[in-house]
Amino acid sequence: MTLTGAGVSPGAGHGPAYILTASVPEPPEDSAHTGGADAEKERALAALRQVADELEARAARLERPDDPASGGTGREGADILRAQALMAVDPGLAVEVEALVDEGVAAPRAVFSAFVKYRDALAGAGGYLGERVADLDDVRDRAIAALTGQPLPGVPAEPAPPAEPGGAPRPYVLVARDLAPADTALLSREVVAAFVTERGGPTSHTAILARAMGVPAVVGCAGATAIPPGATVLVDGSSGEVRPDPSAEDLARVAGVEKARRAALARAGESGATRDGRPVPLLANIGGPQDLDAALRHGAEGVGLYRTEFLFLGRRHAPDAEEQERAYRAALAAFPGRTVVVRALDAGADKPLAFLPPPGEEPNPALGERGLRLLRRFGDVLDAQLGALARAAASETAELQVMAPMVATAEEAAWFAEACRARGLRKAGVMVEVPAAALRAASLAAEVDFLSIGTNDLAQYAFAADRELGTLGDLQDPWQPALLDLVRLAAAGASEAARPCGVCGEAAADPALACVLVGLGVTSLSMAAAALPAVRAGLGEHTLEQCREAAEAARSAGGPGQARAAARACLPALDRLGL
Amino acid sequence: MPERKVTVVADVGLHARPAATFVRAAAKAPMDVWIAKPGRDPVNAKSILQILALDVQQDEMVVIKAEGDGADAVLDELAGIAGSP
Repeated sequence: MTLTGAGVSPGAGHGPAYILTASVPEPPEDSAHTGGADAEKERALAALRQVADELEARAARLERPDDPASGGTGREGADILRAQALMAVDPGLAVEVEALVDEGVAAPRAVFSAFVKYRDALAGAGGYLGERVADLDDVRDRAIAALTGQPLPGVPAEPAPPAEPGGAPRPYVLVARDLAPADTALLSREVVAAFVTERGGPTSHTAILARAMGVPAVVGCAGATAIPPGATVLVDGSSGEVRPDPSAEDLARVAGVEKARRAALARAGESGATRDGRPVPLLANIGGPQDLDAALRHGAEGVGLYRTEFLFLGRRHAPDAEEQERAYRAALAAFPGRTVVVRALDAGADKPLAFLPPPGEEPNPALGERGLRLLRRFGDVLDAQLGALARAAASETAELQVMAPMVATAEEAAWFAEACRARGLRKAGVMVEVPAAALRAASLAAEVDFLSIGTNDLAQYAFAADRELGTLGDLQDPWQPALLDLVRLAAAGASEAARPCGVCGEAAADPALACVLVGLGVTSLSMAAAALPAVRAGLGEHTLEQCREAAEAARSAGGPGQARAAARACLPALDRLGL
Repeated sequence: MPERKVTVVADVGLHARPAATFVRAAAKAPMDVWIAKPGRDPVNAKSILQILALDVQQDEMVVIKAEGDGADAVLDELAGIAGSP
């Protein structure tokens, strides 16, 4: 019997099942208090305060990594617990609890009922908010348990004893309907080999915390709590497979894959290259100086996309020159001698700025005055940004490259290159986000020093599918063969003009698609920093020829699903490494 | 009533850490503080549950209101938090 759910934290783990089924029962609907209402209110509010204090105390422990009880989830775990503590002492909730007690309801039932309204509102919203219901239920159950003197269902404090005398302790596979972050946040890899929950999705706290701990996790796995306690369970956090009583061969195979995966990921400090030595710089996308630590930690070879919007959004006036210069210099200083690609302000109708008023009403904002179009209208804002960039670069050894968003024609590319050169910036490029730019890539590339493909917007404009619309997700799939055709055209055009062509969209973060992009002629890849080790590992296992074959196979496929399967068939090491 | 309009910049919108930081700052204010999406009913800015239910995403605008002594300082601080990445 193999169970399947959604793999949300990659890797494989196995161990004896630890099943959490106990829950705090709902207080009876007709329970009334017998004493004074004021004392009953105070009892309810004191229980909620006590829960908040406990959660705060656990959060504080998480932020002391030298504390042996701090677990593996650090600041992310602490954030979640602090948000729960705020829920416990929410002023709106307190008002409802007090009103119910005034009507005669006993404290435990009043707490239960007061949560219902918020619980329903979050559950009704679905998605990320829907998954916060588990956090809310946990706060509620803790408060009720405190009021009624019941014990809370607990997670294991230490691993299972060795299977045979003299053996090693065995971390558990923790199985539950849903896991409360207050419990999971303090767990460590010594105690837990994997998480399996029946509920939850990719943004559930179990998923977030498991990834932070580096422990495999499968969520949304129906029937998991029926696994007998103590039975050995094998969990594949990549494929979502959960196998009770696995065979010795299963365990050996998974152990081999896991070892290979860890070894491959551990090479994060090396430079990106194909197996036969073609260098492919692997860069990080950043949204501000706060992302630099993660970029360095994951072995980024530079910055491939610095989104500068954070400096501008939510302001009444453009930031002054010194503030901009500081923010740019931080990124350049973090990568001495390396490349840092900064994108000029990408504002537009969906990201309105008070100091860049649109020229009129735009019924179709994605097709309106945004990106470079807006910067040409407000030349002083662009000039101030380019000036701040030039001053920041003057004192640093990193190579600064500046690129323009939303470029459609060679004339626009030439205009932007001229604006950069007038400010003494040596390397100017343009983003390829509009199909017209991909089709005429050679003539655009001839005007600038490099191209960088933004796959998300390129897909939006190529498929006439709004990227904000979840219902059009299929058309936004980066494996769409037509999108791959456009990438190939852009890369070939750049190559004709002897210019490099990178990709800085999220497509680069998929290890298989990253190989395909290189096969299509892309010369550098930029992605969210956390994706770098897996992409570096996947690329390093395949030759340039294999990447080209995978690219050809993907472009020959009928749709995105087939393209992905066909490409992965040409990239055999990905499955072998669990990537 | 004094107010600030601000676009939420953080990737996660006004959820998770930004929401918690915002609520903790609002809770310190001596007066009532309200937050709304433009044209919609305001909610209590000191309530994490009401703010989560407001479901403010990245790049969405919110209006923050407060009245009384020191309201401008409170609003400036809250607008700064909502407008931070």
